[in-house]
Amino acid sequence: MAYSDKVLDHYENPRNVGSLDKNDPNVGTGMVGAPACGDVMKLMIKVNDNGIIEDAKFKTYGCGSAIASSSLVTEWLKGKTVDEAYAIKNSAIAEELALPPVKIHCSVLAEDAIKAAVADIKAKQSARATV
Amino acid sequence: MANMNQTDRPPIYLDYSATTPVDIRVAEKMIPYLTEHYGNPASRSHPYGWTAEKAVENAREEVAKLVNADPREIVWTSGATESNNLAIKGAANFYASTKGKHIITIATEHKAVIDAVRELERQGFTATYLEPEPDGLVDLAKFKAAIQPDTVLASVMLVNNEIGVIQDIEAIGNICREAGVIFHVDAAQATGKVKIDLANLPVDLMSFSAHKTYGPKGIGALYVCRKPRIRIEAQMHGGGHERGMRSGTLATHQIVGMGEAFRIAHEEMASENERIRMLRDRLLTGLQDIEETYVNGDLAHRIPHNLNISFNYVEGESLIMAVKGIAVSSGSACTSASLEPSYVLRALGRSDELAHSSIRFSIGRFTTVADVDYTVELMKSKIEKLRELSPLWEMFKDGIDISKVQWAAH
Repeated sequence: MAYSDKVLDHYENPRNVGSLDKNDPNVGTGMVGAPACGDVMKLMIKVNDNGIIEDAKFKTYGCGSAIASSSLVTEWLKGKTVDEAYAIKNSAIAEELALPPVKIHCSVLAEDAIKAAVADIKAKQSARATV
Repeated sequence: MANMNQTDRPPIYLDYSATTPVDIRVAEKMIPYLTEHYGNPASRSHPYGWTAEKAVENAREEVAKLVNADPREIVWTSGATESNNLAIKGAANFYASTKGKHIITIATEHKAVIDAVRELERQGFTATYLEPEPDGLVDLAKFKAAIQPDTVLASVMLVNNEIGVIQDIEAIGNICREAGVIFHVDAAQATGKVKIDLANLPVDLMSFSAHKTYGPKGIGALYVCRKPRIRIEAQMHGGGHERGMRSGTLATHQIVGMGEAFRIAHEEMASENERIRMLRDRLLTGLQDIEETYVNGDLAHRIPHNLNISFNYVEGESLIMAVKGIAVSSGSACTSASLEPSYVLRALGRSDELAHSSIRFSIGRFTTVADVDYTVELMKSKIEKLRELSPLWEMFKDGIDISKVQWAAH
């Protein structure tokens, strides 16, 4: 399968691989996909008190496009507000990486991972607010 | 150790089950039949035709010799896909009115068999797709139980293309003979690897391919047993070549190539297989050092040329991307057009994850010890890298049972 240079770059030199402390109240985790489908993405974001994403880390089980999509979004997320992050569309990821049609689902999964991580941090924040 | 990321030379070829290079001795023998001896073997009126016909008949003898058959039992085709179609559709249609319309095959057969049987189902036949055991082998009692009074044909491959397991063709053939069932065997992956003795095997039809045995692509053959005499309906109609079973001008150079390839196989298979077994053992020992690896298919009843291994928690396509220094294939969905993981590994009862994580290494005539050692080192380093990236590996290391996690389907 022919991949774009950007996919190959992210695949060969993935950015921000790793994990953050999931028990940190400022860390939101999104885990999406399923092993049976051949891809699982785990995205973690650390949000400061101003609602800005300070750090993002990922781990991905999946094809080269899935790894590249998640690596790319960790770069994009840093410095964004959670609302800006929530607005990232899969089409922007697919366009940036020049994903072929059969790999569009990888970008969808990356968007889902962002939404899941944002939902997790919002749930943590509202749980804290009600305490 | 050489640089693992080197891309300046072609990758090491470890995909001999997909196809083999044409042996240089074969190529050299073919060339004169393109440029000098270009006659049509069916031309009876001049020496051009006679020369071509002689070459075709010599090749037929070489093919017959490798599998201990009579040359008159060999019918030229374009390859094993055509042979499988001709055998299955040809015999099923010929014998449907006398024997019945039920067919038995195995869930792990090549698509050329499965889809030929599916086509017959569309035409009113019924079929049983028998699941093999988890080791890939057919259970004889289950096979026998699948036979019905109206079973006309059974088709079982000798060597599986994905996992290399060898079926007990003799025992299955005996069950078929006893029940009066026509028995077809796809031997595309077997020639030059497994001894085939058709004079004594209870097999009615057997498919061969040249390009899996160092011959050219686009040529194959079908063995059609004479004693007992098996009849098939032609699928290709025309000039009545090959005693009416397969019309079409014979591709002399291709046939010469297949003959030479099979002659070499006959001469060298004993020593070659010994060398390949040594290489396979070296590869297996090296790869088994890696944690969480699983060999797919039985290791004892298996050609030494094939090693199919799942590397758990690493996705096959990303692994293939990572190991650009070697040319291998994967059972992963992402490497197939259908986006489904390998149906062969699924039929063995392997989980989707393990099917997605599988790599097929196939070793052949030109594989060296250095190739194997390089492969082992490459796999070790890249699997470590990809597991660093894998959330599933992290969960496994944290003691989480991944099969118990509720995953969102997508």
